Amino acid sequence: MPQETGKQYKQMLKSFLRTQGEEDLYLGQQFSRNFIEKKIAPEDVISLHKTSIEELIEDLPPEVSISFDFLIEMMIHYGLALKEHQSLIRKQEAIQMEMDIAVRMQNTLLQTATPEVQGLDIGWISKPAKQMNGDYVYFLNETSSQVCLAVADIIGKGMSAAMHMSMVKFGMDSLRYEKRSPSEVLSFINKMIEKSISDSMFVSMFYGKYDTDTATFRYASAGHEPALFYCAAEKEFKLLESKGLLLGVQEEAKYEERTVKLEVNDFVVIMTDGVSETRTENGFIEMDFIENLLCQVKSENAQAMVDYLFNELSRMQDYQLHDDFTLVILKKTK
Amino acid sequence: MEHGSSIEINTEWDIVAARQLGRNEAKETGFGTVDQARITTAISELARNIYLYAGKGVIKIEPVRAGQRAGLIITASDEGPGITDLQKVMEDGFTTSGGLGAGMPGVKRLMDDFRVETEVGIGTTITATKWLH
Repeated sequence: MPQETGKQYKQMLKSFLRTQGEEDLYLGQQFSRNFIEKKIAPEDVISLHKTSIEELIEDLPPEVSISFDFLIEMMIHYGLALKEHQSLIRKQEAIQMEMDIAVRMQNTLLQTATPEVQGLDIGWISKPAKQMNGDYVYFLNETSSQVCLAVADIIGKGMSAAMHMSMVKFGMDSLRYEKRSPSEVLSFINKMIEKSISDSMFVSMFYGKYDTDTATFRYASAGHEPALFYCAAEKEFKLLESKGLLLGVQEEAKYEERTVKLEVNDFVVIMTDGVSETRTENGFIEMDFIENLLCQVKSENAQAMVDYLFNELSRMQDYQLHDDFTLVILKKTK
Repeated sequence: MEHGSSIEINTEWDIVAARQLGRNEAKETGFGTVDQARITTAISELARNIYLYAGKGVIKIEPVRAGQRAGLIITASDEGPGITDLQKVMEDGFTTSGGLGAGMPGVKRLMDDFRVETEVGIGTTITATKWLH
């Protein structure tokens, strides 16, 4: 310990013994930050106190002096705990830095561009609850008249979910030029995941393909949340459901494929359970709640609708998402 | 007189004897109260590890002189099970969270030099040195 620090401590203690004033206590407390900054262990502070008091009080009873040795012994483990704490904080900072890099890498790897399609307005959002997103949106502009999209949700969150998602993305990329149907894509990804992902990791996925020439939307689902279809003529919502197991459960799983035809102002809403299972103080929301929100903004463009839903639903959760939140709206404009 | 000696650790009471020996040696070498307490705590932890994980072993305490520097070397050796994952044992939070005391990182912090030699099924020897500043 620096000698100067020792001298100052003794001086402050002397002043306090005389005045017993609050001001000295305040100064002492400020001074203690010095100790922490200079990484002086608690046992050293006691030792300093012992030396100071022995010098300040001539007829100090020997028992009092010796008692500080006991206190020093008591403080050794506190000192160790403090050092360990400081080292763990440094370690945590290093981990946080790694994490930030991983998040940036994930964003770069998984970024997808919203395709431009004649007569189809596309809006979407995907927000992670924690740092890493376990949801994923993938667009593929197969031809000028066909656009594919996948919305996937890894069962599980965080780092491992995100890493597995990269694999799913590259799986889909490898089908880029093959013009496969939605059920074929799901079968392919399923086989890939089944082979290479651990048993406890499952992925739900909704895969759709919109054809501008016929205005039809073909879709298949691997255990994913049903999508919503709004029929403007009937002013009604329908669920777009199709049978299929989660990806990664069974190698030979089959995926049902269905088709829906869109008229002008019809729209399809694909989401993950972070949307449909929004939790509020009063429990989970119902699907008709989402339908009502959509109705209120059905004349807006697709991105405005998506943003409105996100704002409303995240406000209901006090802006703390419980789960990754992903929403895609495809709206036929002409 | 050449001081320095060793204590066999068989029972929990031997830990106290090792502490006492360590404190005497530390005092004789010229360490102040705080460093005496640190050295004793390190001996205590090492002796406890022997008692808990190896059943028996030896703590040796000897003064050392290297040029101008004087210090104390503690050697804890046992023929116990050895340490399988040394890296894990040296990690912060690994032993302390289990309530086992300061653990190996604690001993390392209390002393200036620290070395472990261990072989699974053969035993462990830990050497820790504290220098007089």
